[in-house]
Amino acid sequence: MAITSENQEHTSTGLSNRKLLMWTFLGSECLFFGSLIATHMVNRNEAAFVHGLSPACLLDIPITSMSTFVLLMSSVAMVLAVAAAYRFDVKQQRLWLLMTASLGIIFLGFQAYEFQTFVNEGLTIGTNLFGSTFFTLTGFHGAHVTLGVVWIFIMFILTYIKPDATSNPLNTDIAGLYWHFVDIVWIVIFTVIYLIGSYGLDCGHVG
Amino acid sequence: MVTTTKGMWGGVIAKRPIAPTGVLGWLFTIDHKRIGILYGVTAFILFLLGGIEALLIRLQLTSANADIISPELYNQLFTMHGTTMIFMVIMPMSAAFFNFIVPLMIGARDVAFPRLNAFSYWTFLFGAILMNVSFLAGGAPAVGWFAYSPLTSIQFSLGSGVDFWILGLLVLGVASLAAGFNFIVTIVNMRAPGMSMMRLPIFIWMTLVVNFLIILAFPIITVALILLLFDRQFGTTFFEVTSGGDPLLWQHLFWAFGHPEVYILILPAMGIVSEVIPVFSKKPLFGYSTMVLAGILIGFMGWGVWSHHMFTVGLGPTANAAFSLTTMFIAVPTGIKIFNWLGTMWGGSISFTTPMLFAIGFIAMFTIGGMSGVMHAVAPSDFQQSDTYFVVAHIHYVLFGGALFGVFSGIYYWWPKITGKILNEMLGKISFWLFFIGMNLTFFPMHFVGLDGMPRRIYTYSEGMGWDLWNAVSTVGVFVIGLGILVFMQNVWYTRRKGKQAGSDPWDGRTLEWSIPSPPPEYNFVEIPNVDGRDAFWSQKYFEGPDGKPTKIVEENAPIKTHSDDHDIHLPTPSYYPVLVALGVTLIAAGLLSHLFFSVTGGVLTFVSVLGWALEPPTAPADDGDHRAGAY
Repeated sequence: MAITSENQEHTSTGLSNRKLLMWTFLGSECLFFGSLIATHMVNRNEAAFVHGLSPACLLDIPITSMSTFVLLMSSVAMVLAVAAAYRFDVKQQRLWLLMTASLGIIFLGFQAYEFQTFVNEGLTIGTNLFGSTFFTLTGFHGAHVTLGVVWIFIMFILTYIKPDATSNPLNTDIAGLYWHFVDIVWIVIFTVIYLIGSYGLDCGHVG
Repeated sequence: MVTTTKGMWGGVIAKRPIAPTGVLGWLFTIDHKRIGILYGVTAFILFLLGGIEALLIRLQLTSANADIISPELYNQLFTMHGTTMIFMVIMPMSAAFFNFIVPLMIGARDVAFPRLNAFSYWTFLFGAILMNVSFLAGGAPAVGWFAYSPLTSIQFSLGSGVDFWILGLLVLGVASLAAGFNFIVTIVNMRAPGMSMMRLPIFIWMTLVVNFLIILAFPIITVALILLLFDRQFGTTFFEVTSGGDPLLWQHLFWAFGHPEVYILILPAMGIVSEVIPVFSKKPLFGYSTMVLAGILIGFMGWGVWSHHMFTVGLGPTANAAFSLTTMFIAVPTGIKIFNWLGTMWGGSISFTTPMLFAIGFIAMFTIGGMSGVMHAVAPSDFQQSDTYFVVAHIHYVLFGGALFGVFSGIYYWWPKITGKILNEMLGKISFWLFFIGMNLTFFPMHFVGLDGMPRRIYTYSEGMGWDLWNAVSTVGVFVIGLGILVFMQNVWYTRRKGKQAGSDPWDGRTLEWSIPSPPPEYNFVEIPNVDGRDAFWSQKYFEGPDGKPTKIVEENAPIKTHSDDHDIHLPTPSYYPVLVALGVTLIAAGLLSHLFFSVTGGVLTFVSVLGWALEPPTAPADDGDHRAGAY
């Protein structure tokens, strides 16, 4: 067999090089989001929320719970897409890839609505520390979701126009790893910013 | 396996560069050895630039009340000197060795992701250019290499220097991260049969630890830089005291990155020295497993010491005591390494070649720097030394006497493998002694003026402080170092023209890179070697004789044992995309400094090129005219 560096059949560990690359990348991303979340947490004190625009007044837990549910369901769709890819069932793979991307877009719609609401209420990225950390953290998460949607959507298109590029199940598998990671980060953000972040802070007493 | 031959855009815009030659060959290369050479040459040019900056700084400080350069320029020079030497000299010099040596030492034909590797180099080059363009575009950053807030805020740093610094470091960070992922996968996954983890040469182990540090530390500085950029450009208030922000957050984020970064700089040099000392002592490395363990321990403990950079900030006695202790503890694995090197030399038959001299110089100088490091670990003592020239002396003993001596040891050691010719020993020894004397003349007096209270980063000082003599000595020392660099360059020039042919194994080496011709062929190994122990090449040359001493196996050049089922060498094909993506990423950053039009162009270029890259097979199929398929 021909040995090439990127398509080597036998790696020392038996793991695919590309899959290992994605895992190391996700390890690095943990520190990226970890630093952003830490920045939010060290600023989680009342003095930081000038102008009366505190998390407790702004964050809408019921609506964000819905968007969180949508994103979690997109992970289920991704699992089904990966499973279909390993069965070489192109029709199912297409269906679930499209479903994943669509649910991702719905999540982004929720985020756009939330950002718009906050801006209407007077909270922008420069208003106070809460605005700074909130828009930076959720903005970078949203950018990751957007990248994932673009990636998965291109994959969906390629199943039609360039099927030989998507027939390797590993391609879907690796996109899935990224997508699940982005979801998990959202679970942490939802818990830390939304649930813990507004807990015990009374809207009326701030500002 | 993808069957298409052209990739996504390849067929549309231009045919894939199957075997480009000349400049194009270097531009589209994905050969780890060529990329290693590109890294080395670029880093050396930047080393000269950073050296000239240092020279100007020292000229200004030669005597009291000197007026050679303006205070503004002085601030820019020391900022760019630090930033250049750390991010654009020592790190890429290490990357040059990772690139050239790692696949050879583990018995691989290339790194795991050759195109990603090319992308790392071009991103590094463009990032370095972007950073240095600031000198021409209204002033370089003038805030010190760790750029403490609030000095970096928009009201104290008006020009675009700090923005250049932020975006330059972000681009350089992308390069380091991409290389980090690549080398971890390469070392974990691309080892030759029989090369188990505990048979890896120590240089490979240190490379692995360093790249883990890179992929975990660089996201932190990335976040810190993004927050700072947002503070300056979009009116956020992360480090803005008046709006409830906290400048201390910058220090924590920066040093949470910055201390692991110190080990990112020194561990590759430790790895190089661990290869050089056994070869020139004719003994296996003493305490191999403790060496591995010490490296891993340094990697872990490096995360728990960052606040020793902040003893004078006022974190309180508990934090200071805790970080004092962790900092003293980290001297233990470092000490283990030093004793292991000494143990390797003990009783060996040492030949004092230039690489060995640099390695021994490394041990001595790094030990001195380590000692003053332990002095800094004692918080009350650090209160006296903080922000003085004593700290400057310390970091230069660790980074010049340490990291850079290690790098030069590696340059002299592997030069024959890389170019096929041995650097002249006489000129090499002259340059070593000039380096060694010059470095001690420059930096040892800084201990004295530092303890005498001379603050760092001042552009001049008054007469009668008692600092004049030692500052003058330091400046003389810099010229001696400069002479050493000139002698090294003369050596390179001389060796190119009249150097002695090295042959495949000039030093009687122990590791696999010496088992193949110098310079190595593009495919590295005709057949992938089978490894049956540590010092894989040594055990093929020597056996333990009846007297217990190593005895040469008589059949000279006996073919090494091989793994015989991969005769069809099929190397990855050169590609346009790595350099295009690197250009796109840099344009995005450059656009933020000038006009958003460039950012948009860069974004489109990046998107299109990434797509083309993803759809292009790593290796163009042989029927597409790949002349190297089965080339031997």
